[in-house]
Amino acid sequence: MTAPSRPTSPHWQIYRWQIGSSTSILHRVTGVALAVGLVALSFWFVSLAGGEQSYAVASKLFAGPIGLVVLIGWTFAFSFHLLNGVRHLFFDSGRGFERKARHAGGWIALLGALALTLGVWVWLWH
Amino acid sequence: MSLRSPLSRVLGLGSAKDGTAHWWAQRVSAVALIPLTLWFLLTLLALPDLGYATVRTWLALPINGFLAVLLVAVLTYHAYLGTTVVIEDYVAAAGTRIVALMLLRFLYVLAGGAAIFAILRVAFGP
Repeated sequence: MTAPSRPTSPHWQIYRWQIGSSTSILHRVTGVALAVGLVALSFWFVSLAGGEQSYAVASKLFAGPIGLVVLIGWTFAFSFHLLNGVRHLFFDSGRGFERKARHAGGWIALLGALALTLGVWVWLWH
Repeated sequence: MSLRSPLSRVLGLGSAKDGTAHWWAQRVSAVALIPLTLWFLLTLLALPDLGYATVRTWLALPINGFLAVLLVAVLTYHAYLGTTVVIEDYVAAAGTRIVALMLLRFLYVLAGGAAIFAILRVAFGP
């Protein structure tokens, strides 16, 4: 079947960033980041089972500068994916589609995730 | 107006009856992950320190080992469902897509299996 040559939709770069589209793509990006985090979690469990020495190696890796940056990134990714995921569950139940609720929910997920990340790491550093 | 494609109509094919299975599995695992991830992170943060002896003693408790196995299993499943869709969306070439999807499955079985085996080693080990 040959596709008729119709005008195509403008590419995504052309659109203005909005809270709805931003949270949508950020949900996907944080999900992929957390999937990578699963590998790190697995590595951590294996290092724990391996004994004191392997656990020390893993701990050193996570406590290093790169490890900390990545852990802070995962904290944000998890917080956002959790909050926005709950938002999506509300959508799935048919609620929260009105403009006001939709936008408010998006901002709560985004700012809430930033606040949670900040809170967790300030608390860890206290 | 029929929503069936011309091809499916001419072939006389009905619905595959599993149209929402993937979507539903994603929601069920998402809901299960809310308590599991929060339990894991909050109990870890509540430990006096994250040293080898403390963490190992914590994970060796049957309830913690059991919940950790559930966490890894559901987390792996949820990540597998999500990232599968990402690959299906963005990898257009059929060959590359099949290989990528296969490698992704192998990776999840590897990461999830290794983590669960490690938790069991801590639970039943010396």
